[in-house]
Amino acid sequence: MEATLRGHAHKYGKNVDTDVIIPGKYCNIIDRAELGKHALEGLDPEYTARMKAGDIIVAGTNFGCGSSREVAPIAIKASGTSAVIAKSFARIFYRNALNIGLPIFESAEAVDGIESGDEIELEPAGGIVRNLTKGTTYRAAEFPPFMQSLIDAGGLVPYVERRLAETQ
Amino acid sequence: MGMTLTEKILARHAGLESVEPGQIINAKVDLVLANELSAAVAIGVMRGIKGASKVFDPSKIALVADHFVPAKDAQSAGLARLMKEFAAEQKVEHFFDVGRGGIEHVVLPEEGLVAPGELIVGGDSHTCTYGAFGAFATGMGSTDIAAAFVLGEVWLKVPASIKLVYSGKPGPFVYAKDIMLRTVGELGIDGATYRAIEYHGSTVDELSITGRITMANMAIEAGAKNGIFHADAKTIAYVKERTDRPFVVERADADAVYERVISIDISELEPQVACPHTPDNVHPISDVTRDDLKVDQVFIGSCTNGYIDDLRVVAKILDGKRIAPNLRVIVNPGSQKVWMQAADEGILTTLAAAGCAVNTPGCGACFGGHMGTLGDGERAISTTNRNYVGRMGSPKAEIYLASPATCAASALTGRITDPRVVEAVPV
Repeated sequence: MEATLRGHAHKYGKNVDTDVIIPGKYCNIIDRAELGKHALEGLDPEYTARMKAGDIIVAGTNFGCGSSREVAPIAIKASGTSAVIAKSFARIFYRNALNIGLPIFESAEAVDGIESGDEIELEPAGGIVRNLTKGTTYRAAEFPPFMQSLIDAGGLVPYVERRLAETQ
Repeated sequence: MGMTLTEKILARHAGLESVEPGQIINAKVDLVLANELSAAVAIGVMRGIKGASKVFDPSKIALVADHFVPAKDAQSAGLARLMKEFAAEQKVEHFFDVGRGGIEHVVLPEEGLVAPGELIVGGDSHTCTYGAFGAFATGMGSTDIAAAFVLGEVWLKVPASIKLVYSGKPGPFVYAKDIMLRTVGELGIDGATYRAIEYHGSTVDELSITGRITMANMAIEAGAKNGIFHADAKTIAYVKERTDRPFVVERADADAVYERVISIDISELEPQVACPHTPDNVHPISDVTRDDLKVDQVFIGSCTNGYIDDLRVVAKILDGKRIAPNLRVIVNPGSQKVWMQAADEGILTTLAAAGCAVNTPGCGACFGGHMGTLGDGERAISTTNRNYVGRMGSPKAEIYLASPATCAASALTGRITDPRVVEAVPV
């Protein structure tokens, strides 16, 4: 189980798409650290300069819409961002984030109750979102049981290894 | 309880009698697709999976170099090379390098790799294009693709379906692109998230295969997991010309359950335009032309509108004319086969004579990769599928999405132009 995460919030609007999370011109980059330097560049070119390791992206509905590029959650994670809290996530981004181990929290109430700069504490295991600045606590939507079992197993790769062992 | 078309295909691939929305299934895949960007990441993931030395079936993997081809730089060349070496090592049967393929979603149907009733996953969000052929097809990230490479199966949550019923005959210069832009405008960019879209009605029954491709391709622009048409005689003829592989044509049950049913009458529909900066910011052309919007670039191509039918429409409008001064028009035929067909028909010469730059097939311009990126403050009208901030290059550029006819009409005037006012015969 992942440990508690803590950082300051950087809040954005709805429909933060993969083209602004990591613009297409960077999609030929494999090096994670290099990808991390360009996280959110299309939306907020100062993000990576301003944020500190552990900080948290907070956004509206449909976070990560658009392309299937897995480098989108990879860039966010590699930037040192510890998690994303959004009102909802686009389908492919949601799968990709879990697959690459970027913690995501879905809670409209939490997003409405957080302002940029607030200090946030997150417990991935229970989906707990604490706004330490405002003294409020929220519980994010639970993962469906199958997804939770994937997360508990350590992600998709261990799951595939187990399936391979079963079928061979 | 009856099943939708998507549920029917998923149930069969999961070896189940029936499935229902929300159910998690393990489904066998008929084809796994990746391009050089998604493949490069997927190959890295696969190398890290213990016990996974081989792909599940080299005849059921398709790898297409299309995003940064011809290579933009050494880094891009490295990704294409990585994929090429993987294809050789794994004896992947369907590998398409630059000059031999084109845009993945244009190439796969052309090569007979897509058939009704099949289940296809791809490391590209526009994999949903194959729903045009009555297949279940959805885009995924590279880790999921690596898992599919190895297992030949994927886990899926069965989506609820939205039934769209179209009626009416499109007016002159109104095409599948206009119908789909209108649809995305109505649903909104997250209106179909986690859902299947099932296209019905007399309008789509009459549509060409290319028109259905354009519509299925943009299902993801409403957030959908897949967009699907029922295969008919046209589909079966197209597929049988290209493959001898047996396939199963599924149909939705009469008592299938849909989450929503939306009726769309297109008889009065004008050409449509998606304005900056989301694909659902859709307006009729007559509202958009009121602002007299000058454009710096017109782009014709992509997996949405890079087909021979699209190029014919453009050539008909530009034939014997010159594009507006101070304007760039870039045309990318969708595949090598489309390029050759367009050459045979004299289309490429017509376009070049009009002042268009005709490129080799590829995705570059559409996703801001290369070969047509926009600069600060520039405005483009494009036949592509997304107009998010920075999609085609500078975050300070504006992208308008429209049909090939509307883009061609705009190429003549240098302004966003209603194709119905240009002197030409509709195709």
